[in-house]
Amino acid sequence: MKFSGRKIFGRSGGRHRGRQGKRQNRDQELRDRGRGVFTRRALLLMAAQTATLGLLGRKLYDLQITSGEHFAKLATRNQISKRLLAPPRGRIIDRFGKALASNQTNWRALLLPEETTDVPGTIERFAAIVPLEDHDRTRIAREMRHQRKFVPVMLREFLSWNEMARIELNAPGLPGVLIDVGTTRTYPEGPLTAHIVGYVAPPNEQDVARSALLALPGMRMGRSGIEQSQDDLLRGEAGAVEMEVNSVGRVLAELDRVDGTPGREITLSLDAGLQQAVQNRIGDTAASAVVMDCRNGEVLAMVSTPSFDPSLFDSGVSKAQWIAWTNDERTPLINKAVAGVYPPGSTFKPAVAMAALQNKMISPADCFVCRGYIDVGGARFHCWARHGHGSVNLHLGLKYSCDVYFYEVARRIGMDRIAATSHELGLGTKLDIELPHTRAGLIPTPEWRQKHNHHWNGGDTIVSGIGQGFVQVTPLQLATYTSRIATGRAIGPHLVRAINGKLTPESDPEHWPVLDMPEQAFKAIREGMFAVVNEAHGTAPKARLPIPGIEMAGKTGSAQVRRVSRALRESGHFNSARLPWEYRPHALFICFAPYDAPRYAVSVVIEHGNAGAEFAAPLARNIMTDALLRDPANRRTPPGQTVADAL
Amino acid sequence: MSALRPSGSRFHRRLLREEPGFSLASRLWRVNWLYVLLICALAGVGYVALCSAGGGSARPYAGPQAMRFGFGLILMVTVGMLPLRLLMRLAFPTYLASLGLLVAVLRMGHVGKGAERWIIVGGVQIQPSEFAKVALVLMLATWFSRISYARMGNPLRLIIPAVMTLLPVGLVLKEPNLGTAVIIGGIGAALFFAAGMRLWQIVLLCLPVPALLKIAYAHLHDYQRARITTFLHPESDPLGAGYNIIQSKIALGSGGMWGKGYLQGTQGQLNFLPEKQTDFIFTTIAEEWGFVGGIVVMGLLLLLILGGMAMAIRSRNRFGRLLALGISVNFFLYCLVNLSMVMGAIPVGGVPLPLVSYGGSSMLTVMLGFGFLMSSWVNRDVRSGESADNGEASEP
Repeated sequence: MKFSGRKIFGRSGGRHRGRQGKRQNRDQELRDRGRGVFTRRALLLMAAQTATLGLLGRKLYDLQITSGEHFAKLATRNQISKRLLAPPRGRIIDRFGKALASNQTNWRALLLPEETTDVPGTIERFAAIVPLEDHDRTRIAREMRHQRKFVPVMLREFLSWNEMARIELNAPGLPGVLIDVGTTRTYPEGPLTAHIVGYVAPPNEQDVARSALLALPGMRMGRSGIEQSQDDLLRGEAGAVEMEVNSVGRVLAELDRVDGTPGREITLSLDAGLQQAVQNRIGDTAASAVVMDCRNGEVLAMVSTPSFDPSLFDSGVSKAQWIAWTNDERTPLINKAVAGVYPPGSTFKPAVAMAALQNKMISPADCFVCRGYIDVGGARFHCWARHGHGSVNLHLGLKYSCDVYFYEVARRIGMDRIAATSHELGLGTKLDIELPHTRAGLIPTPEWRQKHNHHWNGGDTIVSGIGQGFVQVTPLQLATYTSRIATGRAIGPHLVRAINGKLTPESDPEHWPVLDMPEQAFKAIREGMFAVVNEAHGTAPKARLPIPGIEMAGKTGSAQVRRVSRALRESGHFNSARLPWEYRPHALFICFAPYDAPRYAVSVVIEHGNAGAEFAAPLARNIMTDALLRDPANRRTPPGQTVADAL
Repeated sequence: MSALRPSGSRFHRRLLREEPGFSLASRLWRVNWLYVLLICALAGVGYVALCSAGGGSARPYAGPQAMRFGFGLILMVTVGMLPLRLLMRLAFPTYLASLGLLVAVLRMGHVGKGAERWIIVGGVQIQPSEFAKVALVLMLATWFSRISYARMGNPLRLIIPAVMTLLPVGLVLKEPNLGTAVIIGGIGAALFFAAGMRLWQIVLLCLPVPALLKIAYAHLHDYQRARITTFLHPESDPLGAGYNIIQSKIALGSGGMWGKGYLQGTQGQLNFLPEKQTDFIFTTIAEEWGFVGGIVVMGLLLLLILGGMAMAIRSRNRFGRLLALGISVNFFLYCLVNLSMVMGAIPVGGVPLPLVSYGGSSMLTVMLGFGFLMSSWVNRDVRSGESADNGEASEP
């Protein structure tokens, strides 16, 4: 089939008519049909294309206009990174401004991984200059894995000058290593105030979950003592800095900065000098002593021996050290002044006397005869003096520390009254001091005994009358109780004297209410305690102050930790000093001075110190002497309005 | 001039009647310069957006891309000058070459973002799947121009073009590049449709599709189903596969009505936006110019698509019509997949926005396609030969 297409081209090409023309018409028809279908379908496609793009335009509208604000928020969250700034932790100082806990700059070496091509090699070269411990290496490897390359990794902290010099000298061989300054908590007084000031340690995961601030590197949490109880004040409030970051978190610009509040400076009522003096007096024995300003309850010294080095906790305590501490029978980690409980022994007698006088069950002049023992309900209770004290009134009862007199008093007034008065005087009850882990001790009552499914015997009341049996108190309670007897006010012990230089209301004696007890009773008891020290045949002649014109009132106590059997007692060969250490009685002494204008109250407990009069009384006297002599100006100045006034 | 003289075998002469021996000048005159202007406008938008992606500088994206566009412009006009017969003759070799390149990319391709998509020919990175689209359009247009509308009714005649379509689709799927595979399949379907495939054939083909999808889903592994879930709910995996989609939506959405201002787009400038200069260039534009800017770009794209379709309708020969339609549909599918992708409507699929995104292969093949389109337009008044639309015409 030939076709002369050459003649037919272009838009208006001519057409042959005739035989061929007819055929061409049919061709044309078919072509037109195909073209018509094409056109229709192409138009259909165009409509579909327009509609689809229209739908996408609609989608764009939804994204940008309808949910525009939502996405704008998300974009800002992408772009702006808020970081907290760690506030410096507040200092803890003593009443004269001596630092007990402060922050020390800590030089550390950091490695910026992105600035070195050979990270392991750089670390090795660094280790050749400054030794790295194994736990350092594992920590570095861990941080390397989790951090971005532009976040520095800490290689070593606590660098010495020597080590820093060596690093600087070798700087060309250590690309990416920089020296940076951080802070660490230091305790200049170390073990001396460890039990009071406490220590800090890195927060654990639960703490971090509670407060985002704690997640910041270098943040520490108080774990004991004032550091723990005043943690919120010491920590301060975090500042924040808003930064523009890119998609990998690199900081591009600082947009806004809100400085935080540094931690508060806390002034303790403690006198570090007196604390040291008390520590020196006590020496190495396991003992506890509290010196309190009996007018307002400020604790001037609180010593618990032996102590520990608090700085060990910041960098981590070794296992061996921990085992040594926990296995020591003298319990160095426990603050005995608030967490050690002891039977008060005869130091409890003024409380029993007060219970009797307050309830008017006896008068100070009432006499009982002491034959060296008393029989109650078929049991015999001995006085410490084998042959008795004869006729004894309140004054003599305290002066001789006559057990039979107080057996009789306790029997007459009953345990509930003793307990109520004791609690009012601060014994066997939780005291509101700013220390964690304090113990309440115990003044037993029939009700308490019942609760533990035991019957209260008459004998229980009798032995409680001399501070034995179930009675348990802490040295701090003894000092508080002594202060309350000395002043007649319900003073509460406390350690925080000022916050950021502003005195707390507790330092004002008028803050404390007067105890609802007859003044006559106080007078009789104070006189009895004066006699203990100053009159002939008192139990504590060794406690007389060596300062002329100033007298001290006190009370001895020797608390048995083991029942002395009748056979042993009657053999006449009983000598507690020969017992193994842990079975010897505790030696206690409480006192206040000056007698006519009470200023200080002191309580001393020597664990297994055998006899209060023999060992605790002289110690208490020495401590009191120190307290009175250390700063005579201190005595004359009433607690003033500022810390400086106290000087 | 001699290169432009009508040439071709007897066979091709029968398919297309003698083309007018235009002078070069008259051919140039017949080029649709308005359309060329539209193309330049879109490329200009791309240049500005690439400057933004480069942080306000022509380097490293906008400058090289402008050079490629200039080259592409020359390529387009040159191809536009070619007679249709020459294009028909070149169709089969081009198609074979594109298949060869696709096989080569599977054999020795360079892995880019988890898929083998690149090969290096003469020091130039090329993406054969881009080339395959244009080659397929040319091939199918040529093939269908041999089968008249009347003969399209015979399903046996559709077997060969179907194989021609499925071969590159399969090869691209293997790379794997789902987005491009869908586009190639879509081009094929559109050409079948436009060439006059009967409705009953279409219905018959579509019937088993839902059942097939169901069977396919049942045979998917758990992790593959999880991937589909991620596509549907990108928020369930914000840092994994869903990251790009979420970040793109955030950048788009935060643009608002008027945008954040040129070079002020935080998400793009701070690199939260992945691949902001290639696949996600539209997001950069919409973040900085807002909804208004986005709609203007979409309007330009639509004008180019509809213009191409209109040129297809206007052509008096079957080959030119199909060629122009195929190129327009290709361009449309490009835009559709890319825009749906950046708006989070479909899974991310490595499809750039034509003329705007940074990338040489895409730019050059798109411009080559526009060259075919232009050739169809320049020769719009050439009529089909008797073999083309005449049902009784014999084949060699």
